[in-house]
Amino acid sequence: MTLSARLAVARAVTGGMRSTLRGRTLVAIMAIAFGVALGYAIELINRSAVGELTAGLALLSGDADLDVRGPRAGFDEMLYPALARDRDVAVASPVVEVDVKLRDRDEPLAVLGVDVFRAAAINPALVAMSAAGSPQGANAPSGAAQRRQPQALGDHTAEARLDTLRSDALFPSAAAAQWLGVAIGDRVVAQAGLRDVTLRVAGHAGANGGARYAVMDIGAVQDHFDRRGRLTRIDVRLRPGVDIATAERRLQALLPPGVQVARPAASVDATARFSRAYRVNLDVLALVALFTGAMLVYATQTLAVTRRRPQFALLRTLGLSRRRLVLWVVGEAALFGAMGAVIGLAAGYAIAWVALLKFGPDLGAGFFRGRTIVPSIEPLSLLLFAALGMAASVFGSAMPALEAARAAPAAALKAADADVAAPAHTTPIAWAVIAAGVVAAFLPPVADLPIFGYLAIALILVGGILAIPAVAQAALRALRSPRSVPGLLALAHLRATPGRFTATLAAIVASVALMVAMAIMVASFRQSLDDWLSVMLPADLYLRTGSDSAWLSTDDQRAIAQVPGVARAEFMRATSVSLDPTRPRVVLLARDIDPQHVANRLALVGSSQTPAPGAPPPAWISEAVADRQSLSPGRTLTLPLAGRNVAFTVAGVWRDYARQQGAIVIERARYRALTGDDAVNEAALWLAPSASAGNVRAEIASYAGDSTRIRAETPGALRRISLATFDRTFAVTYALEAAAVVIGLVGLSAALVAQTLARSREFGMLRHVGMARRQIGAMLALEGATLAAIGVAAGLLLGFAISLVLIHVVNRQSFHWGMDLHVPWLLLASLSCALLVLATLTARISARGATSIDAVRAVREDW
Amino acid sequence: MVELRGVAKSFRGPAPRRIFDDLSLTIAPGEYVAVVGASGVGKSTLLNVIAGLEPVDAGQVIVDGVDCAKLGDEAKTAFRRTRMGFVFQAFHVLPYLSVAQNVALPLALQGRGASADDPRVTAMLRAVGLDGRDASEPRELSGGELQRVAIARALVHQPMLVLADEPTGNLDPKTARQVIALLRDTVKKSGAAGLLATHSRVAAASADRIYRLTADGLQASSPTDFE
Repeated sequence: MTLSARLAVARAVTGGMRSTLRGRTLVAIMAIAFGVALGYAIELINRSAVGELTAGLALLSGDADLDVRGPRAGFDEMLYPALARDRDVAVASPVVEVDVKLRDRDEPLAVLGVDVFRAAAINPALVAMSAAGSPQGANAPSGAAQRRQPQALGDHTAEARLDTLRSDALFPSAAAAQWLGVAIGDRVVAQAGLRDVTLRVAGHAGANGGARYAVMDIGAVQDHFDRRGRLTRIDVRLRPGVDIATAERRLQALLPPGVQVARPAASVDATARFSRAYRVNLDVLALVALFTGAMLVYATQTLAVTRRRPQFALLRTLGLSRRRLVLWVVGEAALFGAMGAVIGLAAGYAIAWVALLKFGPDLGAGFFRGRTIVPSIEPLSLLLFAALGMAASVFGSAMPALEAARAAPAAALKAADADVAAPAHTTPIAWAVIAAGVVAAFLPPVADLPIFGYLAIALILVGGILAIPAVAQAALRALRSPRSVPGLLALAHLRATPGRFTATLAAIVASVALMVAMAIMVASFRQSLDDWLSVMLPADLYLRTGSDSAWLSTDDQRAIAQVPGVARAEFMRATSVSLDPTRPRVVLLARDIDPQHVANRLALVGSSQTPAPGAPPPAWISEAVADRQSLSPGRTLTLPLAGRNVAFTVAGVWRDYARQQGAIVIERARYRALTGDDAVNEAALWLAPSASAGNVRAEIASYAGDSTRIRAETPGALRRISLATFDRTFAVTYALEAAAVVIGLVGLSAALVAQTLARSREFGMLRHVGMARRQIGAMLALEGATLAAIGVAAGLLLGFAISLVLIHVVNRQSFHWGMDLHVPWLLLASLSCALLVLATLTARISARGATSIDAVRAVREDW
Repeated sequence: MVELRGVAKSFRGPAPRRIFDDLSLTIAPGEYVAVVGASGVGKSTLLNVIAGLEPVDAGQVIVDGVDCAKLGDEAKTAFRRTRMGFVFQAFHVLPYLSVAQNVALPLALQGRGASADDPRVTAMLRAVGLDGRDASEPRELSGGELQRVAIARALVHQPMLVLADEPTGNLDPKTARQVIALLRDTVKKSGAAGLLATHSRVAAASADRIYRLTADGLQASSPTDFE
């Protein structure tokens, strides 16, 4: 066949579809574009974030072969000489890292205290440049600093060299200096406890790195920020020829509990893992968007094919092969998919660009706040997402194409508006698929991800869609025949033509199910968060110092407890410990808590158990710790505290929506006795009946010398902030809900318009025998409303089932957040009614063609 | 019964076409008239004009003393519903209703009971030879049987005028003869007037009077002329 002949056949096969379904085709293309855009944006942001994180941590770890890391509060600095003397270690560089609170800044600055002479040998990014531009510590005999800054050598002066050792000298990185808006010689006021420490910008750290941090002398950091005798990290470079894995294992054995040695890349993995579940969930949302796009293509193409059955039959009679017909119909869908993919890729890049510009690529490490990153295009992922968009479209069109090719040409020619093939008997398969979904919902996570949870949702959704013909038939049979002619005809038509509406119903059911599932999940989460906040915020005022460098000493605690109007004060020390080197550290909350009345302070899941006499003291673990460590009440938990392992009895499990990495509560008195750390960074105050929160807040600000040193918030304000953050986080799901409704309506509209065209002779006859325009309109509106009602009812049931999987499987396994089921009845009822009304209106508007003069003339049409 | 006075009709659009001009026709009550003519000459348009489904450019269409051109769409629809019956070439029996439900449709539209076992429906089915087939589905029926259902539907509500457009166009000659005879007999028995648009000599021959429609208008004709 020549090219021109092929094109002629293509025009004959696809021409009508394009002209009659232009609007709906556009919506189908946009749905594909939406899925591709979401998926590609997530991929771009994630790649940029992990790339930045890798580059940033590599910059900060320098040429280190291994990192020795401990809890956030640090570990004994005597470990450093022991390591430095080890036979496998060439150079060890001690680091104290503190998130320092600065005046007039909401976010803290990561300040790294280093021994510049040691750091220069391993980590050039931590080498401070004096005001004269000379690398301090560059007199080290070897190291990357020399390799990277050869031109600077020899320029330094004794004055400049000594500058880095001064206790007030701060060397911000270029990004930090820009963020702070400071130049060399400027002053920066930091908070240490409740005191001010004035630091002098004495130079810059690093060369061109974009990470936001500052370097100081290690001794100065320890002195200023109450870290005397403590380190948080030791960077280690091994001697040449030493096997890193062997050394890692050997050194680990020498380290005290809570201190771990790992390759620098492990930090990247652990940090990236922190946000992985969220990213994967967004990826799944993108796939859901693609799926709904595919459903829309399915609905549009099914009805386009139905309408053009006689034309296809004619082409088949004239010699067009089945295979070629399928290829052309699927090819057209692939073209739609390609168009959607191109739009989606462009939109995805724009979304990623804006998101990175607005939020930065920070994944929680704290180093990259405020960085401006431009997402980079990688051909492989570009092709992958383009292929996904096309695949969704091709998937959606495959069934209608096969249906078009299967139809017997002679029969199709005679009966232009005959019913499409009755749906296959899919009911047994549907129940089997749904049963498989239920089984999958009970399977454990894979690599910390709810793979089977997602599979369960997919199976339940697909099973539900396969069950639609049987469900629709049962529902239609159950309806009583109305007395009115429009109602009678509408119901009779729906009962007699099940195959015609399967695609439409599938689109409605899928979109309603996804909408309902998301609505129930979000409502359950929001209500559970609200309930949780009520339990977790029982006091009248909450105080927080806000960073590592700000704390309340015992004197401060005493003074706050004695502020007029304060009836009761409970204090809390928040720090973190590592239970597993491959995961982010777990938050340790040492707080004033009465073990007999824990339920008054923590949102317990189940009851609290009192440890048996002689058993280790109690600890209450969050659901995340319980899940990850496979712990339950009564079991023993070992915490690395002050360089030794301390056993605790798990006395209860509590719900914690604030700390995804997991949290453990222990009694503060016991923590103090074990560690000697009596500082705190949070407090809860109960006020006397006559006291006002405003006055108490003012008194505390007066004591601290500045209202920013101790943040005081009422529970109402904290609740508002938390719920606002929640709503922002879940904004994307609201957008998807709206998209689902639009997709359902567009699917319905496509079906009804195509139906109107296909049934024009029927409407013409009805007009002849005296059926009024409004009666025909009412008949089609009733058909639309009945279909929508069945679709909405089935979607509600299916959505409810999927929401249970989302709540109890996907969320639990992704984030380890338990939540109670809260069905937003009013919202669902409103959405269902709105959908029914919109569907009826859509049907009514789509029916305009049914009452036109063309319909009257159509009674003459015959093949 | 039916009186067309100086009716003109043309189709506008990209290719405007004059169908007829100054056309007049009278059909008395109980009279059975056939209109013959070449394809595309406007036979169906003539029927649609009488049914009030196509507006006219000029002239009057008076049916049962009512000037249809002066009626609004709702009134025309109601008029058609009560006073006219239709038979089409392609039967247009609704595939999703039973035989009896199809026949009962005009009664249901008039709000005169839509039940399939209505005595009028049963009697009409008997009259067209479909006794006992009331519960059958249209797909179970032959072409001739489907046209019998259509005839029953056209007459069940006792219209004053039956308009039949190529009622035998989709039937074999033997069945066509049976259907033509049945149509004439039932229309005549009901006392309604009938207007038949056809190519068929046999069908035209069954009429009391025959008119030929050409570009110049209607001319009286006879079965002999038609041959």
